[in-house]
Amino acid sequence: MQTGVIGSEIRDFVITNFLFGKADGLSDDESLLENGVIDSTGVLELVSFLQERFDIRIEDDEIIPANLDSVDNLVHYVSRKTGVNA
Amino acid sequence: MCGICGALNFDSHPVDAGSISSMIAAFRHRGPDDRGVFIDNGVGLGHARLSIIDLVGGHQPMQSRDRNLTITFNGEIFNYIELRDELERCGHHFATSSDTEVILHLYQEEGEQCVLRFNGQWAFAIWDQRNQKLFLSRDRMGVRPLFYTETPHGFRFASEMKALLADSSVSMDIDLYALDQIFTFWSTIPPRTPFKNIHQLPPGCSLTVDRNGLRVHRYWSLSFPDRDDLFSDQDEKLAEELREILLDATRIRLRSDVPVGAYLSGGIDSTITTALAASIVGDRLRSFSITFDDSEFNEGHFQQEASAFLKTDHSSFACTGSDIADSIPQVVWHGEQPILRTAPAPMFLLARLVRESGFKVVLTGEGADEILGGYDIFKEAKIRRFWARDLSSRMRPLLLKRLYPYMDGIQRQSLAYLRHFFRVSERDLASPFFSHLPRWELTARLKLLFSSDVCEQIRDYDAMDELAQHLPREFASWCPFNQAEYLETTGLLPGYILSSQGDRMAMAHSVEGRFPFLDHRVVEFASRLSPNLKMKALNEKSLLKRACSRLVPPSILNRPKQPYRAPGGSCFFGPTEPPYIDELLSPEALERSRIFDPRAVSVLLAKFRSGRATSAKDNMAFTGVLSTQLLVDQFIQNPRRHLHSCKQGLLDQKFATL
Repeated sequence: MQTGVIGSEIRDFVITNFLFGKADGLSDDESLLENGVIDSTGVLELVSFLQERFDIRIEDDEIIPANLDSVDNLVHYVSRKTGVNA
Repeated sequence: MCGICGALNFDSHPVDAGSISSMIAAFRHRGPDDRGVFIDNGVGLGHARLSIIDLVGGHQPMQSRDRNLTITFNGEIFNYIELRDELERCGHHFATSSDTEVILHLYQEEGEQCVLRFNGQWAFAIWDQRNQKLFLSRDRMGVRPLFYTETPHGFRFASEMKALLADSSVSMDIDLYALDQIFTFWSTIPPRTPFKNIHQLPPGCSLTVDRNGLRVHRYWSLSFPDRDDLFSDQDEKLAEELREILLDATRIRLRSDVPVGAYLSGGIDSTITTALAASIVGDRLRSFSITFDDSEFNEGHFQQEASAFLKTDHSSFACTGSDIADSIPQVVWHGEQPILRTAPAPMFLLARLVRESGFKVVLTGEGADEILGGYDIFKEAKIRRFWARDLSSRMRPLLLKRLYPYMDGIQRQSLAYLRHFFRVSERDLASPFFSHLPRWELTARLKLLFSSDVCEQIRDYDAMDELAQHLPREFASWCPFNQAEYLETTGLLPGYILSSQGDRMAMAHSVEGRFPFLDHRVVEFASRLSPNLKMKALNEKSLLKRACSRLVPPSILNRPKQPYRAPGGSCFFGPTEPPYIDELLSPEALERSRIFDPRAVSVLLAKFRSGRATSAKDNMAFTGVLSTQLLVDQFIQNPRRHLHSCKQGLLDQKFATL
């Protein structure tokens, strides 16, 4: 899978799942937490989406903002886990 | 407990009995036992009665012997016996044994200041013929509702807004600023209501209407001493004092000529009010509760324990998801405002159980969490502020794990994420709303669902700015804990807990709630306590627990706090999805009401229908959109259809002269 494809799937998920489909000027380097895009249960939704869609296993100690807190971070993280070069 | 309404025409139009009858018909559920109408040319008063005190002599509207004063009254003045004794000593003679008559006499004696002497929960209007003025008042904490509007002819008021709709010159339209407030604070800032030009009298206020216009006067407000003047004596002495005041607050709330029951939720507060009542009555009390299938919400086990400990005859209503889905349209019709939680629905069903069990009056534990430091939002703010003093601390954020033990979504978070969710910035620390910012900012994200048209109209509006303008001048001098209590006690308590979950749900089934913790003596005592007595370290309601430790079984005294919550959006989907979901939330229906973005709502619905996990925000979003659409249908698009079910025959004048 290409990084571009990973990026657009993640972006779509974030917009559909957390922003009621409204992109609302969401930029890829924007913090999802600081801008209130996701709440506490949202993180768990995000994790289960990533595990199912990209067939990866996410350890508890990987659930940290450095991995999950922006579309860019997510793409890097998923690319690393799936062995795609970002 | 009753429903009241009335009209005062400023032009020469006489008020006709028919229009008052229609208003009464709209809230007949508030008072099925009796009705009354008073007309004097340009003045009309209406009353629907739920007979509780002086079953025979308490007919209303009630007129003074000299025919100068006529009152329509909803509520209870619990200290009426003491006030009556005092008035009799001053030469007043009473024709009934009602509290209503006491209001009339005290008004004769002290005028508008009489309300300062009342201990109770009230909304009333007195027509003062000599002075040609209408005087209205609402209780300190906002237990009883009172709405008003101005029409081309004059002034109209009622216990419920639907009664105002019965006046053909009144039409309703959603107030978009109110909507913004509800989708931030969960309630409006009084006097605003969800409808344009329909106002509520704020709690603690009186209103005078005469030919010179309307004047609102605040007679009471919640206040806290400066930091240095707070009570911080020995706990034991204060605990004893608190118990004594609570006992008396409960004692006078048992004054009734019909039996009084009790809500018993399984938490500390209602166990205390029930225990105090049982100790006074000396007989087995009847108690009532709700249970849920889902263990995340169910407190049935604790209710059974409390009931066994207090030896009450207990009944509970096992509330299912479809019970919630089926009752939401009626819940909104009665509640009259958008809601972000389904929690009012089980309260509606609980009141039905109470009524079907033959009870009209229940004691309930609301108010303790607000005034005695029970809510997690106070704990959360305390931890965030403590952490902010040393942001580099690695230990302090660990306290965040102690928050919300009942919320799985929070417990499963990594510390790194919790630090982010409860982050503290310089800007937050400087805000008067520090305690409430996480809740309000999360809720305000729901405004993404508003249509572009609505967004455009409220573009320059900021609900928090407006709230800041309503804060009392002394607010800045109070300690942060008391600031948080003020926001909760003057905001969510009257705007949601006492209305959407309280009066409106109980009165839908002609049941009156009584609140010992909201006796103003309890509230004023609590406001003088040092915050450390309310929340000692992270032990919430610490002084209350100490004061009442022997009244409550240890398992309930020591259990972690669990706020009352109910299953959310999931109740509405699956094989039994009610047809009104599609009728109200289809793109066409949303286009008609023009409030929400149809595409955004369809994305939200798809998420629920897919059966995927949903967040707290999604559930608030769904309930908010659905209840707003119901409100628009019932009050704006098809009000006649909904009022039609309330139609009743014309009433002739019927009032009591003393």
